[in-house]
Amino acid sequence: MRRGLAERVNRLAAWLILLFLVAPALVAIPVSLTPKAFLSMPQGEYSLRHFIHLFTSPAWLSSFWQSAVIATCATILATLVGTLAAIGLWRISSRASEVVRAFLLLPLIIPPIISAMAFYRLWIPLKLLDSYAGLILAHTILAAPMVLITVSASLANFDPRLEQASRNLGASMPTTLWRVILPSIRPGIYGGAIFAFILSWDEVVVALFISKFSVYTLPRRMWNGIRENTDPTVAAAAVVLIAATLVAYFIYDIAQRRRAAGRIDERSNDQ
Amino acid sequence: MPVVLRSANTYWLLVLPFLAAVAFLYLAPIANILWLSFTDPQPGLGNYAKLATSDSLARIVWTTLRICLLTTVISVFLGYALAYAIVHALAREQRWMLTLVLISFWISVLVRTFSWLMLLGHNGVVNNALQATGLTDAPIAFMRNELGVLIGMVQYMIPYAVLPLLTNMQGLDRRVLDASRSLGASNRQTFLRIFLPLSMPGIFAASLLVFIISLGFYVTPAILGGGKVLMVAEYISVQILVTLRWGTAAMLATLMLAGVLVLLALMNRFMKLGALFGGGGR
Repeated sequence: MRRGLAERVNRLAAWLILLFLVAPALVAIPVSLTPKAFLSMPQGEYSLRHFIHLFTSPAWLSSFWQSAVIATCATILATLVGTLAAIGLWRISSRASEVVRAFLLLPLIIPPIISAMAFYRLWIPLKLLDSYAGLILAHTILAAPMVLITVSASLANFDPRLEQASRNLGASMPTTLWRVILPSIRPGIYGGAIFAFILSWDEVVVALFISKFSVYTLPRRMWNGIRENTDPTVAAAAVVLIAATLVAYFIYDIAQRRRAAGRIDERSNDQ
Repeated sequence: MPVVLRSANTYWLLVLPFLAAVAFLYLAPIANILWLSFTDPQPGLGNYAKLATSDSLARIVWTTLRICLLTTVISVFLGYALAYAIVHALAREQRWMLTLVLISFWISVLVRTFSWLMLLGHNGVVNNALQATGLTDAPIAFMRNELGVLIGMVQYMIPYAVLPLLTNMQGLDRRVLDASRSLGASNRQTFLRIFLPLSMPGIFAASLLVFIISLGFYVTPAILGGGKVLMVAEYISVQILVTLRWGTAAMLATLMLAGVLVLLALMNRFMKLGALFGGGGR
């Protein structure tokens, strides 16, 4: 097919927009390598001192650790409640269940600032302010809708007759869940878990409200660093986050592709 | 049908943990905030009346609406161009373009905001480059003003615009476009009279989604605005964490929430929310 002028202009514009989307983040890399003690572009000389500081300073290390613990716990809880809810709603599949589904997606769409107010307000009487439990619970509620969405997408491709067959052959509901349903929707569960982890790992607005001294997550420390706008350790942290994002993305992408390939295999076997 | 009934009930048990958590730990305190907007500091509509009497409050709401509207128009326009190119690209190029969109979707908002700070500051990369090439002789103020906030927000929102647009464009029936061309329409006519009207639902959905997310956006405006561009979300956080005026904060939160829910209901007519996440391109 011959490409017209408009098509070529559009293609060029698209690549420029993509550059605008991705390239700005790369500026963190040179800034993180500056030998100076303040934020600056390196001029001929490079140094890893800010990375060394990032990985040896007790403050940054404790933030890494806290974020990892909180994100891991929130991911496990969100994956659990999100997956169970997705299976339940899929099986019930009535008008009522669709209303409930919309209800459960609200934490994803309500602005984070309002979520932060809500948790702050409730965590005071529950004494959960500035605690691991408080942040884990809040992140679980924010992340579980992600799991609900990805698992529901997997369930949409799952043949309900398999479940009925299992039940008719005498398997109990827990057995059916564990041996028939869960294995078939594994890609959706993994995808949801990765989304949940990223969401919690990266979450700053709610953390700003409900954590203070004893809990101080990585995004929170970065936020303060960015606001004070002097310490190049923030640039090193940004580079580490970009690397982590790329790794998570490619794991997700490979899993998705394998799933797509699996689906094509199944189809060709059918015929 | 007792057996069926029982099994439906057992399946509700699976939904229960999530439902209970959302109802008691999330929606209940939100309801409490809505209630506060009418009761704190005194019962009545006093908090809402401030919108009409306080100039600063009205200005913040107006700034927020203006910036969100501009962000929406620009991101949906750029997102449309990008989605159009992706849909018409060959398979290999298409994969690369989608990968870049999704990666930018995944990169932390803090990292991106930090990067804009490095790029757009007075001694930032952009200003240095402009001065080195002699295009300007004094630094341009890209930051601590609405321009900086817009740049940061548009970059964040473009992927949110692209995903619903892609879903829509990929769902279009190619045969209609082929028919238009084979009946003698030029590419331009085919685009303006067939493709564009058919992609209107996608444009509506993308605009509403971007506008909804922009309304509550906190991180980028707070940092790139540098205190000079005050939007509702940042104002709410100051009211709660610094000046402790819950009533005003609750009133603004209520307005924001009402706006979001109304727009969401409108958007639901154009597309399923679940279709937006998990890489709409696949």
